[in-house]
Amino acid sequence: MLKRRIIPCLDVKEGRVVKGVEFVALRDIGDPVEIAKYYDASGADELVFLDITASTERRQTMLDVVSAVARKVFIPLTVGGGIRSLEDISSLLKAGADKVSLNTLAVESPDLIKQAAERFGSQCIVVAIDVRFEDGEYFVYTYGGKQKTELRAIDWARRVTELGAGELLVTSMNQDGKQSGYDLAILELLRDAVDIPIIASGGAGNANHVVDALERVDAALLASILHDRKTTVEEVKHVCSEHNLPMRFVTTIAD
Amino acid sequence: MNVAVIDYGMGNVFNVERALKAIGCHVVITNDPIEIEAADAILLPGVGAFPQAMASLHATGLVPLLKQMATEKPFLGICLGMQLLFNSSTEGVLTEGLGLIEGRVERMRAKRLPHVGWNSILRDEDVYFVHSYHVVTDEAHIVASADYMGERVPAIVHDGLVTGMQFHPEKSGTFGLRLLKEWKESVEREITTGN
Repeated sequence: MLKRRIIPCLDVKEGRVVKGVEFVALRDIGDPVEIAKYYDASGADELVFLDITASTERRQTMLDVVSAVARKVFIPLTVGGGIRSLEDISSLLKAGADKVSLNTLAVESPDLIKQAAERFGSQCIVVAIDVRFEDGEYFVYTYGGKQKTELRAIDWARRVTELGAGELLVTSMNQDGKQSGYDLAILELLRDAVDIPIIASGGAGNANHVVDALERVDAALLASILHDRKTTVEEVKHVCSEHNLPMRFVTTIAD
Repeated sequence: MNVAVIDYGMGNVFNVERALKAIGCHVVITNDPIEIEAADAILLPGVGAFPQAMASLHATGLVPLLKQMATEKPFLGICLGMQLLFNSSTEGVLTEGLGLIEGRVERMRAKRLPHVGWNSILRDEDVYFVHSYHVVTDEAHIVASADYMGERVPAIVHDGLVTGMQFHPEKSGTFGLRLLKEWKESVEREITTGN
């Protein structure tokens, strides 16, 4: 049976992992390889690295981070943030990323989703959709949540699926960093609108919030509650399992 | 042990290389017939669509050599590389495969595709899948399978020296590495017994 996925998200700045609260405040929490190994051992099903600096001169730093992690950790790695071209995607995949997450670039050049899916396969194209609920509608935001667009989340999700996106990473701007639970309404709307897997992000404050999300969609992205040690991947998985959600448990048998 | 990972431009060979190195293999990523013949075992990776993959393989001119190698030394196909081991696929246009194992590749019936994520095989061990097509083959060739939305998905297939893994062992954590290691050990036994 297919398992629901728990995906720790690591924000990376200048080669170090930091954490974002409401996309603004940052706090250094450490070395990407060590953190990746820790989460892998604790049962993380995948890892997402978001490059939150993403200026040109720092691109190489992110490639180094990905390459160092991919040599030590053998679960799917997704990289997002500051991806500007097919060449950027190609470099990240070569460095060891399994998937890339596109957000602003996808909105500004939707055709690139299609080109990327055709060249590298849909399986490695994750489209990140930052949504904010305003005036009774969910709108798509870009530039790390700073720029509002006129796109409706549902329309955009359908469009990117047609263009070849393999998965959607949906972040509720209203809920992000608040730790009061996911925006379940948008998860349900998107799940019913598209057939590709949906990863919920933004708002988890405890394991029960994750249960709420995973009763609706395929995967949950976790940041603050893990980095702050409010809970662990194991604990979240056990709570999900108690709620009859199929989860993967790591059996560490010495070779 | 020397593994030749076939380089034909389909998908990311570097993660396969990293995983093989992590379990102690020497790896050469190659489309050079001399290096392929010199290797102890062959690994055919692959991500993407079947027709393009076969076209790329034909473009390398390696198809006859790969068919020959599969009768002489251990040969592992991963993901699309496993599907290419079979006679044909209906993905896009009906395309002939390598025909190393009897069977065909068809689109899965499940409503939500692709089949993405961790799914259990064997004794409830999870491995990472990403695919929308699966193989239809004789029961005797199926070593392990997974269940996706009520549909049985062949996950490990085997016939003679040829093995296929539909999932990504190089992305399936410790258990994935263990499966690669078991394959490596079977190759080493093959080498010492001199076939």
